[in-house]
Amino acid sequence: MEEQRSKVTLHGMWISTYSKRVEIALKLKGILYEYVEEDLQNKSESLIQLNPVHKKIPVLVHNGKPVAESLVILEYIDETWKNSPRLFPEDTYERAQVRFWVSYINQQVFEVMGQVVFQEGEAQAKSVEEARKRVQVLEEGLKKHFPNKNIRENDDVGLLEITIIATFGAHKAYREALGVEIIDPVNTPTLYNWIERLQDLTVMKEVEVPRDKLVNFLQNYRQKLLQQAASA
Amino acid sequence: MANEVVLLDFWPSMFGMRTRIALREKGVEFEYREEDLRNKSPLLIQMNPIHKKIPVLIHNGKPVVESSIQVQYIDEVWSHKNPILPSDPYHRAQARFWADFIDKKMYEAQRKVWATKGEEQETGKKDFIEILKTLESELGDKPYFGGDDFGFVDIALIGFYTWFPAYEKFGNFSIEQECPKLIAWVKKCLQRDSVAKSLPDPEKVTEFVSMLRSKFVPE
Repeated sequence: MEEQRSKVTLHGMWISTYSKRVEIALKLKGILYEYVEEDLQNKSESLIQLNPVHKKIPVLVHNGKPVAESLVILEYIDETWKNSPRLFPEDTYERAQVRFWVSYINQQVFEVMGQVVFQEGEAQAKSVEEARKRVQVLEEGLKKHFPNKNIRENDDVGLLEITIIATFGAHKAYREALGVEIIDPVNTPTLYNWIERLQDLTVMKEVEVPRDKLVNFLQNYRQKLLQQAASA
Repeated sequence: MANEVVLLDFWPSMFGMRTRIALREKGVEFEYREEDLRNKSPLLIQMNPIHKKIPVLIHNGKPVVESSIQVQYIDEVWSHKNPILPSDPYHRAQARFWADFIDKKMYEAQRKVWATKGEEQETGKKDFIEILKTLESELGDKPYFGGDDFGFVDIALIGFYTWFPAYEKFGNFSIEQECPKLIAWVKKCLQRDSVAKSLPDPEKVTEFVSMLRSKFVPE
């Protein structure tokens, strides 16, 4: 029964970047967990029970109790399993900085990146331009506020790094599938470099979706959305 | 080191109210500076160049932006009194979840109630009431969202109360009728000094919203 109580289960979805963030955090901390793949087109009773408010993944269940919303889950993980790496910096001001940039990526950048997937022509071109602008803001922010960042091992990974790899790690697949480039070594060298260094870590390789599978998914998903829009 | 705290704010902002309350809960002396959002001060633009929005908390010259981030920051810096987040990680997660719910859902929904009309407004009103009912159900019979102690979720929500008469006026409904427990919770929060000092007169807010509405909904 003790084992049941301390059991950790993650309800996620293979393509979801939010789900991926939690997986990365669990693996970094060496937390053993059971993974349950949820079908979002056909939501399970258990998912609805675990997250009745949003009915979304990821949901982490620990000691039989559910925690929803990826950022909330990551803070919970960091506060419950205090071993390294610590996902948040010690210093309160630096913590506020991390929270700000994570919020910026989630709210400002990711949203407009998502639009690129289901748009075409002029609308898409506008979204791409907006995405590039916002990524540039992030680039400047990383240079200014985290200038000495070195990513060599798991201990160098925190909440901001997790958010970056989960959100932008697939940028090359996006380029291949959509013909759209938002991040590159010339215009966004800091961000590009962080991503390359992060992808070298074993833990990231463990959760990475194979490039072909991702490109395929993106192309099919885009086709489906464009068709839906055309017939609306 | 002397603590110099400045808050750049706009009096009817339900987000600014959160930060005011948090500072007062902790007994922090601060300088309140009113911003004219049609004519933003150089300091605001310097301290929040990315969003150029209020509230901005400036602590010893360094800016912290976004109200939820500010409240957590205040709780962590002045940790010696009136904790805003509970100590248990699971309860903290619950508090963060509900504050996030309010952040994600309340603003857009309430906006539809006063800034639109006709069918859009009707739909907006239904959504808004449903959100309030979800919150009321989460509150249950507890004195505050976190239980016995005033905290993070209460702070996240209470500012919206000053806009309630405006919603009721333009949406043509009674919040007390729809969510009596929520109104009881409001009255309890208002008894707290930090809240009473930080909230503007709802009548003045209604006047302000009236003026705003006339820009969005020409009659």
